[in-house]
Amino acid sequence: MSMIEIKNLKKSFDNLEVLKSIDFHVDKGEVITLIGASGSGKSTLLRCINLLEIPDGGEILMEGKNILKGEIDVNQHRAHVGMVFQSFNLFDNKTVLENCTIGQIKVLKRDKKEAEKIALDFLDKVGMKEFAHAGSTQLSGGQKQRVAIARALCMDPKVLLFDEPTSALDPEMVGGILDVMKELAAEGMTMIVVTHEMQFAKDVSSRVVFMDKGVIVEEGTPDRIFNNPTEERTREFLGRYLETEN
Amino acid sequence: MGFFETVKEIFLQYYPLFWDGVQVTMLLALSGTILGLFIGLVVGALKAIKPEPRDSGLVKALKRIMGFILSVYIEFFRGTPMMVQAVFLFYGLKPYLGWSPMVAGVCIISVNTGAYMAEIIRSGIQSVDRGQIEGARSIGMTNVQTMFSIVLPQALRNAFPAVINEFVINIKDSSMLSVIMVADLFFQGNSAAGSLFKYTETFFIIALIYLCLTFITSRVLMYIEKRMNAPKKNNIVKAGEAA
Repeated sequence: MSMIEIKNLKKSFDNLEVLKSIDFHVDKGEVITLIGASGSGKSTLLRCINLLEIPDGGEILMEGKNILKGEIDVNQHRAHVGMVFQSFNLFDNKTVLENCTIGQIKVLKRDKKEAEKIALDFLDKVGMKEFAHAGSTQLSGGQKQRVAIARALCMDPKVLLFDEPTSALDPEMVGGILDVMKELAAEGMTMIVVTHEMQFAKDVSSRVVFMDKGVIVEEGTPDRIFNNPTEERTREFLGRYLETEN
Repeated sequence: MGFFETVKEIFLQYYPLFWDGVQVTMLLALSGTILGLFIGLVVGALKAIKPEPRDSGLVKALKRIMGFILSVYIEFFRGTPMMVQAVFLFYGLKPYLGWSPMVAGVCIISVNTGAYMAEIIRSGIQSVDRGQIEGARSIGMTNVQTMFSIVLPQALRNAFPAVINEFVINIKDSSMLSVIMVADLFFQGNSAAGSLFKYTETFFIIALIYLCLTFITSRVLMYIEKRMNAPKKNNIVKAGEAA
């Protein structure tokens, strides 16, 4: 059974059809990268998985349960689907440590001591332990994103969603965040990553999914997508990327 | 006798009365602002709850009814003079509550301030970045948890200058409550002036006292605000101390 199974998923904003019948699945331990031009629907697909957007039609099965049918508690579902945003979205009124404990205490009902211990372990993992008591607004972008990853990890996620996690960072900060993500991938974390970092997609993902205008055009191993794309649109998109990179 | 000599005489004769008035005025302004802020927090937070597509029909209807009632409250108290509200509510509710002018005064100024505070809090809530809410929702926090732990603390901080402003306005506008016999500074000034028939001189003193009160209050609160916004000292500690 797939960890996540998506069938015929549809989403429109007003009259704009952003997702047109998406079929898609994710197995445990897979690292999926979603690539495609801006406006192709990849972020919306990601946001539908943790219900930050409510799809208009179709099914999303998480471990066999349809999350769109009231079979699950929405907040408990979100708690176990970690999300890392492009704009970090750390809580400005909390310290680094509090950012990592508030969900554990309020949603997972862990006691404060246990939550802090877990938070410090994950902050250590992302290299931010010494900033535990700093205000979250004092940090640089790269530091914020590390804390955001730790915050997500503290919730024992079954899957981690990354929505262009490096797009808002200074170029010299990107490598560090990608390294953290690579480490997580190597440990077997199930991840879905929306990204424009093609090298990361090539090196880390078990499957690459190319989206265009609200549909999945093509998916496959990085080797097949990058070296032998069968669809013209994929070739065009990758061609444009290689041009800009060289 | 010259103007300033008369002023001096009146002040020396009546300052205990004026001091009583100052205490009542400040009590009204302070309690009105604090209770009003509390009302505003509740009303502003409730007003931010909108019907969502996932809600059942009943929940949607309840949210709409609540929104309507809150709007009526805000429109009534912002759209009519506090003097009119004071007379209407004091005499209207007196048979049922049997309240004294002072109790009525505190209630009326609080409820009136609450309507303004609700709007201040609502715009404070709107000024909080949408990403803060998404961050909280993404780790499974409920609407209520998100509101109280993440949004309201930031909204309050953003709204602080406007809250200060309400306090200063309340120092002045509490004078309207003298219409229901609340013995505030204006009321005491009026009785002193009435017994001497010296309105200009007496209210020269009263104006000066009000000016001192508002000036000192706003300076003190502005200082506090500056301290609040000052960058916190760097709390970075070494790994060993963190645990």
